[in-house]
Amino acid sequence: MGRYAQNPAAIKALHRGYEVHRDVYIDQELYQLEMRHLFANAWVFVGHESQTPEKGDYFSTQVGDQPVIQVRHSDGEVHVLFNRCPHKGTKIVIDRAGNTGKFFRCPYHAWSFKTDGCLLAIPLKKGYENTGFENSDSAKGMRAVGAVKNYRGFIFCRLAETGISFEEFFGGSLSSIDNMVDRSPAGRLEVAGPPLRYLHHCNWKMLVENQTDTCHPMVAHESSAGTAVKLWKELDMPEGTPLPPAMEIIAPFTSPYEFFEKMGIRTWPNGHGHTGVHHSIHSNYSEIPGYMDKMVESYGEEKAKAILGENRHNTVYFPNIMIKGPIQQLRVFIPLAADRTIVESYIYRLVDGPEELTARTAMYNRMINAPTSIVGHDDLEMYERAQEGLHVNGLEWVNIQRLYEPGEDFSHEAVENGTTERQMRNQFDAWVKFMTCDMDGVQEAAE
Amino acid sequence: MTISKDQLIDFIYDEVRMLDEGRYDEWLALWLKDGHYWMPLDYKQTDPFSVTSLMYEDLFMLKLRVERLNGARTFSQKPKSRCHHVIQRPFVDAMDEAAGTYVTTTFMHYVETRLDEQTLLALTARHELALVDGALRIANKRVDILNCDAAFRNIQLLP
Repeated sequence: MGRYAQNPAAIKALHRGYEVHRDVYIDQELYQLEMRHLFANAWVFVGHESQTPEKGDYFSTQVGDQPVIQVRHSDGEVHVLFNRCPHKGTKIVIDRAGNTGKFFRCPYHAWSFKTDGCLLAIPLKKGYENTGFENSDSAKGMRAVGAVKNYRGFIFCRLAETGISFEEFFGGSLSSIDNMVDRSPAGRLEVAGPPLRYLHHCNWKMLVENQTDTCHPMVAHESSAGTAVKLWKELDMPEGTPLPPAMEIIAPFTSPYEFFEKMGIRTWPNGHGHTGVHHSIHSNYSEIPGYMDKMVESYGEEKAKAILGENRHNTVYFPNIMIKGPIQQLRVFIPLAADRTIVESYIYRLVDGPEELTARTAMYNRMINAPTSIVGHDDLEMYERAQEGLHVNGLEWVNIQRLYEPGEDFSHEAVENGTTERQMRNQFDAWVKFMTCDMDGVQEAAE
Repeated sequence: MTISKDQLIDFIYDEVRMLDEGRYDEWLALWLKDGHYWMPLDYKQTDPFSVTSLMYEDLFMLKLRVERLNGARTFSQKPKSRCHHVIQRPFVDAMDEAAGTYVTTTFMHYVETRLDEQTLLALTARHELALVDGALRIANKRVDILNCDAAFRNIQLLP
């Protein structure tokens, strides 16, 4: 028996508002409890519907540590099933994507299932007569997750059978997904190719926190962005030469503190938030000819300008994804262990939008987030140094106090100075909530 | 001036030696100004633009990459990575004497190390070479990683 299982008081004590205990990053029991409680009670990203466009199309991934299959059923709806044969536990699909036709068939004993998980057939079924098999969980077929929501093409699920609704969980934060999708003149996105996959030897929450950490780019990324600015100057191009796309992307990483202070941070309840309320590192990308005209045609001038005038930087959807609306990028931080995380970085194309924008986004993805990136390396270096450094005894708390106000209330939307660490505190507020909400005795502890 | 098959093969051997010995200024000087170093993300990928690649870099980006490796505040290169190529004898796939253009394919194992970690990648490198002012130059280089769809750790240097 560990220290934290069924001990909501001990879990609450890990977050003091302005600091968190190191165990949230390094303790394997807490990782297991996150998988059991947090990733079951929260709404977690699965995939995009364009990854399974046709009936029978499937895509396999994981929600927390749970292997799942996103599949397009014969009625056209997207279902999310656990990737486990109800017979002996064999994973039903092992490739990342494919088409299964009208049913799944387990490769071990040929049990078959409809694409909504219902049991279709078992060979030699007579052998189960008069055994009580029909009363077993195995007879129900492949298990489905507790609830699924397709929000404008993005598939989310809640593993738990009961709990918070999708709308209440995300609330006003859905405006960032809306803006990303609205940037398509057709109001639709499509996944563009496979994701980058980058293995980090650190806790998944370090990556999530870094998405709204606005005091690190000018320090950690000086080596890449600073060097790029220096090299460009040395080329001594004539005044007014437009920056090449690579420079447009990388140069803003060296913006001064003042730029990040003024960009603003907005937080929403349940751990969601974004940087770039007023402007962001994506604000000054050059216009693509013809794009605005198409947007005006679809939405009218006023709305088109409002959509493209929004330049949110990183939006964190608690617990484990980040999206960049202006460039249609989504990163998912998949927790493998207390000190292991796979980061998958997806890009999407704007249906009916210009291909130049997809090219810019693909460039951003490989320049900043690839295992070969000259920017991502320096982030990874910081996380992994922290993962090791946190083992120092006698100094067991991690500070998240920048612009802290005692008695902070995260139950309403707030906009603050862009260098606040309020969003990190907001995440830990939600972390405690969804870790403990289904633990024994949580009611008593709350009183 | 004509280029022999042996000269093409020697060129590929010399290039990987420059990379292994960190002679990046010499390596950059091998490139034509409009060349691209492409490392696809997907097996048999045909499009470097509208889907993600691991690398698709012009000479400016390659210079930036090299410059950064030596920067005073390049924290993820303190200590520095080292790399090592083991290559098979390159295949000469095409020789166009009149145009002065050549294509080679080389199978190789690439090892990169830093601190206690070491990564081994199996690679296929395709070089488009050109004879310019009496010297062979890299017009384009494509590097396909056998397990391109796997989750990678850092690849900091140049396979």
